[in-house]
Amino acid sequence: MVLKLHGLSVSTNTARVVACLHEKDVDFELVPVDLFARGNKEPSFLAKNPFGQIPVLEDGGITLFESRAITSYVAEKFKETGTDLIRHESFDEAALVKVWTEVESQQYHPAICPIIYEFFGKPVQGLEPDQAVIDANLEKLEKVLNVYEAKLSSTKYLAGDFYSLADLHHFPYTFYFMKTTWGSVISDRPHVKAWWDDITSRPALKKVAEGMTFGENQ
Amino acid sequence: MATSVKVYGPPISTAVSRVLACLHEKEVPYQLIPVNMAKGEHKKPEYLKIQPFGQVPAFEDEGFALFESRSICRYICEKYAKQGNKGLYGENPLAKASIDQWIEAESHGFGPPSSVLVFQLAFAPRMKLKQDQGAIRQNGEKLKKVLDVYEERLGESRFLAGDEFTLADLSHLPNTHYLVNSTDMGELFTERDNVGRWWSEISSRESWQKVVEMQKPA
Repeated sequence: MVLKLHGLSVSTNTARVVACLHEKDVDFELVPVDLFARGNKEPSFLAKNPFGQIPVLEDGGITLFESRAITSYVAEKFKETGTDLIRHESFDEAALVKVWTEVESQQYHPAICPIIYEFFGKPVQGLEPDQAVIDANLEKLEKVLNVYEAKLSSTKYLAGDFYSLADLHHFPYTFYFMKTTWGSVISDRPHVKAWWDDITSRPALKKVAEGMTFGENQ
Repeated sequence: MATSVKVYGPPISTAVSRVLACLHEKEVPYQLIPVNMAKGEHKKPEYLKIQPFGQVPAFEDEGFALFESRSICRYICEKYAKQGNKGLYGENPLAKASIDQWIEAESHGFGPPSSVLVFQLAFAPRMKLKQDQGAIRQNGEKLKKVLDVYEERLGESRFLAGDEFTLADLSHLPNTHYLVNSTDMGELFTERDNVGRWWSEISSRESWQKVVEMQKPA
């Protein structure tokens, strides 16, 4: 039975799951959710995700929401195929992957998400981006990237010398971020830039990127 | 008995208390090592070696260092799977996925607004800092929306991920405790029947009561 992923290929959080599915060579069906027609607030959708957000994964009898819980589930269920994203054969490495997926979640995401919202999300609603919010979050983001620069000078990827879910989770928001005017905070840091260039050259991430066309051809 | 598990940070820290509650549930002995944050100990080089973001908690088990409270909790549950509360992080992949989903919901939905309110209402006055009424209002509204979803969910199942207490419920203890006991936002929880019932159950657990004792001034 094929996995069903409810979401949109342009959505960052959907792309996070799609990237994971590609890395694991897992077949799935993308079921579009029409956010503009508020399809995510329909009772039938709220029954799947009471928070009314995409993505949602359906795998046989189980329905899951929250992209990082979904990637964790997929990486574990299909741990024997595709790329090993969770280092399931080494307890210590697996623990380090968990640390750095939390870092993305708790340190990186809160700083980068508002910038993406101001730059991409506001204009489609006819609103002006708030530069003060952008500036404040750029400052936060740079502090986080300083820690990353130091870490990535001692290990090739975030959790160690191996690519993992921790690196993958950074892809969607950073991909859109690099289309803003502030991409230099990534490219001016040599180890961060090398890491970003490396992970974005992965076939799985190149494939996801093809669908991430938000902001183009409006 | 020598114990290999070390937790760094003050028990009044919400993130530290999350880890302590988990250690209590899993009946894992540990050493609590104070970090003098008033004196900036958490920003000193020796501390930054074990927590590069300069935050608490930091954690060590047999010399292996981890940080980020939610990843520490998951690690504890997996390493000490056979002792204490065995079902805390699920005993099969589907249970675990459901728990992860609600930990993510706590992390991204409940956590951000409740953390702002805890800081503004419980800590800022103690630290003689000016409160931001706008932030209090805005985050109060966000938290209400989240708790409306919880109210429905907890009418369908006894705890967030199912009918047993899990890491998903535990993750909510630290912030909710402050909101209910140290601010006037407690009503948001107690005036919702199902959320109120759930809070009463989870906060009366021995594992949490022990943490509350540790948070009291010496």
